[in-house]
Amino acid sequence: MPCDLAPASLPPPMRFYEYESRRIVERAGIPVTDYGFAETADEARAAAGRIGGPTVIKSQVLTGGRMKAGGVKFADTPDEAAQHAEEILKLEIGGHMPAGVLVDPKAEVEQEYYAAVLWDGRAKRPMMLFSDMGGIDIEEVAEQHPDHVGRGHLSNLQPIPDFRAKEVVAAAGGLTGRELTRATPILARLAQLQRDYDMTLAEINPVARLADGSFVALDAHMEMEDEAVGRHKNMLSEIGVELEEPRETYEPSEFERNVKAIDEADHRGVIQGKDHGFDGDLGLVIGAGGGSLTLTDAIRSQGGRPANYAEIGGNPSVAKSKGLAMEVLKKDGVEKIAVMMSIVSNTRVDIVARGVIAACLELGKDPAETIAVFRIPGAWEEEGAKILGKYGIEFRDRGTSMWEAAGEAVEKVQGGG
Amino acid sequence: MSILLSEDSTFIVQGITGREAVNLTRECLDYGSRIVGGVTPGRRGREVHGVPVFDTVQQAVEHHGGPIDGSVITVPPAFTKDAIFEAIENGIELIVVVTERIPRRDVAEAVELAGERGARIIGPNCLGLIVPGVCKMGGIGGPAKDAAKAYNPGKIGVMSRSGGMTTEISSTLTAAGLGVSTAVSIGGDAIIGSTYAELMPMFEQDPETEAIVIYTEPGGRMEAELVDWQRETKSKLPIVAFMAGKFMDDEEMQGMSFGHAGTIVEGEEDSATQKIARLQEAGIPVVERIDEIPERVKEQLG
Repeated sequence: MPCDLAPASLPPPMRFYEYESRRIVERAGIPVTDYGFAETADEARAAAGRIGGPTVIKSQVLTGGRMKAGGVKFADTPDEAAQHAEEILKLEIGGHMPAGVLVDPKAEVEQEYYAAVLWDGRAKRPMMLFSDMGGIDIEEVAEQHPDHVGRGHLSNLQPIPDFRAKEVVAAAGGLTGRELTRATPILARLAQLQRDYDMTLAEINPVARLADGSFVALDAHMEMEDEAVGRHKNMLSEIGVELEEPRETYEPSEFERNVKAIDEADHRGVIQGKDHGFDGDLGLVIGAGGGSLTLTDAIRSQGGRPANYAEIGGNPSVAKSKGLAMEVLKKDGVEKIAVMMSIVSNTRVDIVARGVIAACLELGKDPAETIAVFRIPGAWEEEGAKILGKYGIEFRDRGTSMWEAAGEAVEKVQGGG
Repeated sequence: MSILLSEDSTFIVQGITGREAVNLTRECLDYGSRIVGGVTPGRRGREVHGVPVFDTVQQAVEHHGGPIDGSVITVPPAFTKDAIFEAIENGIELIVVVTERIPRRDVAEAVELAGERGARIIGPNCLGLIVPGVCKMGGIGGPAKDAAKAYNPGKIGVMSRSGGMTTEISSTLTAAGLGVSTAVSIGGDAIIGSTYAELMPMFEQDPETEAIVIYTEPGGRMEAELVDWQRETKSKLPIVAFMAGKFMDDEEMQGMSFGHAGTIVEGEEDSATQKIARLQEAGIPVVERIDEIPERVKEQLG
């Protein structure tokens, strides 16, 4: 993607299987092939039988690279389709087991196009993209054949006009004739769909022109903004999406599950913890959002090895702070924790202090030994300092910088002191 | 002087009867801000710390007897877009959106309407802004006595994608004797009302502001936009940047999301390393430590 176009920063969007994306574009009035979704070999046989003729069997996984992994196979007969489905359904791809297979007629494609609508964060508007060189990597096309990529912004407030879609299609390598008139409504409907369902990405690649001159969406890729999922429950249930089923990019660890459960059990404040990609010996009880990022960098830059990442936000209860500290301390190889935040105005220093001390005591650890550093300046800091003092823990206020506090924690863990 | 706010600025709080909003109202009043009304549908006739509550923004404006300058919006995400529209259509020109987790489309619509009506949005997912010693609009800096501790009037403008780090950085500038002209928590979402580059012209025109400090994170294109702005306008206002989240560049972290809005990295273009390089190429020093900021700012000031 040219650099101005890539989606900006975000909590991860909700991802869809290909068969779900097909259902979404189909609902939006975009023509698709007469495909079938099958969860068993028998269902795949039936689908291939109904479609008639040669078919393609595609693994339904929330990851790329399925062609290379053997997750896409061609079949001439329903029996062959069933046989391929049987194998593909057992095939793990990139750590994911398929949710089923898509059975698609093997289409006689004359020409492939690319269509997408996504946010341009800098313009703060959606942007439409269309190319007459579809089926391949659009970034490459944009770089090597810029004349073959049409693009155009949409207003957020006005109805989506067909002529804007037409302009974008016409700008893609000078398309005209039936190609222009057939492709325009597909792009306009895709733009409507992107708006109606809060998609961070609505992409059809390829849009195919078949031998009979018709246009169909052959493969679609949809991503819905996480914040908006709640307002599309009806559509999601219509296409058969179970909101409860996890769609994580990886399996959450026990630590991550436990912290999440502690957070959800109490509405006051927010705690988050992750340890995917961390394997160090220094436990982190840190916050808030930007503070956590800053502190994690400061520890690593000074040679420390964090055992986890955490974020404390808002004003969590003593129990919640304690819960997070306990989960961190229970991790393998963690003897000490660093309790640090950027200056707080909402989170109360004394409450976090009580929580982390209680965690140490409950696990039979000496708080003064276990808490390598406590640096949280701000609201209720005098009270916090008093409580810490009782247990022999030195309170660090804003006179100790975040960098210095992180360095002190690293030194204590590595010096064994 | 300052940007966006002055001692005469008036504002309302939409969603004023919510728990956080009640605290925020107290804090702002104590700090010297002029809150002339609050809005919560169905609660007309009440008071929050002496501030009259209305059902509509229109009633608040009528009661005030003239245009109101600003609004702090802290209503649930599903109602935020409508609240922003209500503020804009009632002539309010500065809107601070505190609410988190608002779908991007709603923000984009509100920003477009604001553009058409000559209004400005700060946020969403932000703590607002503060003119030290004068007034604050939003939870920034916390209770008045805490805000006083971290923010002294001075000559540095601060813009930050993290609300908490706005105060951490300002406190460091205050301790070093530099002080702060105006600090703005701009919000960490993918689409925000006012980016660094969009606020720079105001800082540029403010006679008090002699340098800028920005706090940034992986994600988004705001630094590239700032660099372009600087090049296009040939601005001489020195900028010092701090970049958090460098650890996310590591391969094992790719594709991970770290709760704080705006921090999933999508490819090299968005990475911390890339941003640092881009800023430094443009002559904007990027410090490794927050406590280096005052020193660097002084160097830039010459």
